Amino acid sequence: MDPITFLTQILAPALWKGLIVTVALVVLTAPFGLLLGTGLALGRQYGGRALSTACSGYIVFFKGCPLLLLLFILYFGLPSLGLTLPAFTAAVIGFILCNAAYNSEYIQGAVASIKDGQMTAAQALGMTRAQAIKSIILPQAMRRAIPGLSNEFIYLIKYSSLAYMITVVELTGAAKIAATRYFMFNESFFAVGIVYLALVTLTTYAVGRLEQRVAIPGMGVKT
Amino acid sequence: MTGEYILRVEDIHKKFNDREILRGISFNVKKGATIVFIGPSGTGKSTLLRCINQLTEPDRGKVFLDDEEITGCGSRISGYRQRIGMVFQNFNLFDHLTAVENVEIAPIKVRKMKKEEAHAKAMEELHRVGMADWAHHYPAELSGGQAQRVSIARCLAMDPEVILFDEPTSALDPELTREVLEVMKDLARSGMTMLVVSHEMGFARSVATEIIFMEGGRIVEQGSPLEIMNNPKHPRTREFLGRIEHT
Repeated sequence: MDPITFLTQILAPALWKGLIVTVALVVLTAPFGLLLGTGLALGRQYGGRALSTACSGYIVFFKGCPLLLLLFILYFGLPSLGLTLPAFTAAVIGFILCNAAYNSEYIQGAVASIKDGQMTAAQALGMTRAQAIKSIILPQAMRRAIPGLSNEFIYLIKYSSLAYMITVVELTGAAKIAATRYFMFNESFFAVGIVYLALVTLTTYAVGRLEQRVAIPGMGVKT
Repeated sequence: MTGEYILRVEDIHKKFNDREILRGISFNVKKGATIVFIGPSGTGKSTLLRCINQLTEPDRGKVFLDDEEITGCGSRISGYRQRIGMVFQNFNLFDHLTAVENVEIAPIKVRKMKKEEAHAKAMEELHRVGMADWAHHYPAELSGGQAQRVSIARCLAMDPEVILFDEPTSALDPELTREVLEVMKDLARSGMTMLVVSHEMGFARSVATEIIFMEGGRIVEQGSPLEIMNNPKHPRTREFLGRIEHT
């Protein structure tokens, strides 16, 4: 088969399907990863000793556990304990657990960087600690965490390819199947590389726009 | 005896690690009074203010607001803090909010006021401190004096019964100090009860109903501005006043 026919007739439709799965993995993971990461960061920063230790333990565990191993445990290991997850679900859960651990580090760093006076002033006005965290601390900290969180989001796009190892045919998996079947490795992986590059470039652009949009005038955030 | 005071502070003690910062402070504040606290740095004046609204929990002693004890009141403290405003040396405006949002956020979040009503109230208070034209600017776009006036407006929007000023002009140059002091003088004249930690002796002379000189965590001397400034009884007060007059 000539390369042009392969790319247009075989690879492109396969990558399109794979892209949809990759985007679904990322879109389902990111919000929950952010939410859980925020909870872990706040638990560590403001929780009592027990909660703070539990959050730290979670983070150490999931940062230390190779993601592939985690996916294997969720997909291949849990059925022996009587819990069988569909491959896609196992992948999303694994990504959320891992993504949240890294997100929490960026968020906690950002929360810790907010001057104590902000919390003090909020409490002096009669806000409870929870109100102050929600209305004063997090809106500022999240702005500061955007660069770190966006890096993590880009990693997520790329490590979503590990889902293929537990049979989820996403972008890399689709390319691998087409490459193997038609013995067109260079064409397949070069093409899929371009798709990832496009996804990451798009994300970088979107994050830049977001940073500009939420920038606080006079605070020296580059515009 | 008790009913005539809006705020009573009884025998407040506070230690940080092994260092005793406050060693039994007691005083009473009448409604509409302006009390100015003076004294050397590190003598516990700011800690005392923070003990009053419980931002710092005193080790011992009691604070009463309108005869209700606020020390050790647990989660009810948020309610009392709404009635005791505080203005900080470093303004502590919320960096991500405009001036008007800074002023309206507590009425909205804490007092559950409707947004339009809170906005109108915020604009009214900004107008009162001469900052209405800067309502939509962010803290980083304001001068120190402007930021401090916004922080006073933020405080006023909660309709406090007492305002604590913790060195409100220490971070400002003389020009900006004047604009903040003018606002504070207007407030004092309007009958607001104010506790002010400051070394602005001109302000103390013209506005204070009482000056309290503190040193080493204790009240050394207290009295009217005339008594303290013209005829201090304690040698340490004389020495301190002599020193700040020459700076």
